[in-house]
Amino acid sequence: MKILVVDDEADVQPLFEQRFRKEIRSGALTFNYALSGEEALAYLTEHHSEVVLILSDINMPGMSGLSLLQQIRQQYDTLPPFVMMITAYGDEENYTQAMQFGANGFLTKPLDFNDLKQKLKTLEV
Amino acid sequence: MHFFSFLAAFLLARRLRSLLKESYLYPKWNNLLNVSSWIILILFFVAGSFFEEVTSGFIGSMLLLGMLVYLDKEPDFKIYRPLIEANYPLLAVGLLRSLVQAIAPEFYENWDEYFEFALVGAFIWIFARWANSKKQLQELRIAEDRKAELEVLVAERTTELTQQQETLQATIKELQAMQAQLVQQEKLASLGELTAGIAHEIQNPLNFVNNFSELSTELLDELKAGPWQTLQESEKEYAADIMQDLTKNLQKISFHGKRAESIVKGMLQHSRASTGQKELTDLNALADEYLRLSYHGLRAKDNTFNAKLETSFDVNLPRLEVVPQDIGRVLLNLFNNAFYAVQQKKAARRHDDSYQPLVRASTACLGDTLELRIRDNGCGIPESIRHKILQPFFTTKPTGQGTGLGLSLSYDIITKGHHGEMLIESEDGEFSEFIIRLPVKASNT
Repeated sequence: MKILVVDDEADVQPLFEQRFRKEIRSGALTFNYALSGEEALAYLTEHHSEVVLILSDINMPGMSGLSLLQQIRQQYDTLPPFVMMITAYGDEENYTQAMQFGANGFLTKPLDFNDLKQKLKTLEV
Repeated sequence: MHFFSFLAAFLLARRLRSLLKESYLYPKWNNLLNVSSWIILILFFVAGSFFEEVTSGFIGSMLLLGMLVYLDKEPDFKIYRPLIEANYPLLAVGLLRSLVQAIAPEFYENWDEYFEFALVGAFIWIFARWANSKKQLQELRIAEDRKAELEVLVAERTTELTQQQETLQATIKELQAMQAQLVQQEKLASLGELTAGIAHEIQNPLNFVNNFSELSTELLDELKAGPWQTLQESEKEYAADIMQDLTKNLQKISFHGKRAESIVKGMLQHSRASTGQKELTDLNALADEYLRLSYHGLRAKDNTFNAKLETSFDVNLPRLEVVPQDIGRVLLNLFNNAFYAVQQKKAARRHDDSYQPLVRASTACLGDTLELRIRDNGCGIPESIRHKILQPFFTTKPTGQGTGLGLSLSYDIITKGHHGEMLIESEDGEFSEFIIRLPVKASNT
């Protein structure tokens, strides 16, 4: 399963690589990373059909996670990817907006990786 | 014609007496004037029957002169001076007549009609002046009445103005107090926002610290289970030592990282002063519950600790729309602080059995506000830090025992979340009392 992680923090990459190193090694999961919403959209134009899940931060410079979500929902009607939003601001406004724009999940930082793994398992099935 | 002088003196005495009747001076002068008028009359008869015309005329003039001089010098008769002065022409004519009669009787014989004419004229002059001065006196009295009226009016206005001034001064004082309070509120509000902002900024890097330290621990376990096993025995021990140290270091990083995380969580609550649902709550029950909760929480940590709990709840307290978890957190904070304060004081007076720790909770309904008081007879809050205790991160507790966020958060919950107010009364070394006032009609703004 191919997952695209969108976060302006570059250190998210080694974090995910290490957290999911067993899954990556076994080939169950493949991660790709984008440092901004724009980068994520550019990646999707080429690899749209491969990407199953997108994990995106909300608060990013430039395009925010929420507008990225909107763009994805507008552009990819067919074979829509799962999108989960991640934010440090676990407030209600962000949550309701994310759900309104069609997010499949909402996660708050600090990420509970065990919880995330559980969610990924349900997706695989 | 010698009687004119006597008559004038007699009439003057009678006139003055009658004029004084309405004045406060009357008792002082009444007798003297009355008696002297009758003496004048007696003198007139005595002079008329024992002396000849010249002498008795001279006596009469002298009597009038004496009387006029005396009255002129008396300040009590100052306003009647025109009355007194009207007698001077008669006096002058009388003296001149007597003088001429004595020195040049022949000349007098020739001109006596003129002298007598002047005498009568001078006598009439007196009454003309009297009539005139009566009018003046009346005008004077009217003016004085007017003056008195005006003075009453001025006095009224003055008291009115003084009252207004006092009200204004009170209002100014009130406004100044309100301004100071607003400044303080604004300061605390911006500090709260700043705190939440800082928390957000710290949260992300802190997440990385915690995540990577956790990951590193896992990696170390993996290392020990895998590659370490393949090492030569001689190097195994050395590698195990290093790995143990690394594990310990990572545990330390995790421990302090988690500590920082809990502080950040506390800070973040500033921006989420009220996320819970408001519901009708019995504040008496809530206060009672948290008082006991806090007390037993403390007793669990220190079973030697004892304090007297006192409650005085208003049984008619209406239920209030509040977020029970938030108000509960405030209550827990305040009770914990109260117990901490009495515990500190008790510890400082270990050998003094007279000190009995006491924490008291009371509620009251004050019209459109509910009042909740939490009082302890602990160490009190020194005046010098009283304005700081509501600021985030201000704490008097030793490092690690308090974040300094409890009161600032409580203040936020009460003021921003519930539109109430939180006041502090305290005397250093004696007591502290926190007063929470919540509006009965909760506004939804």
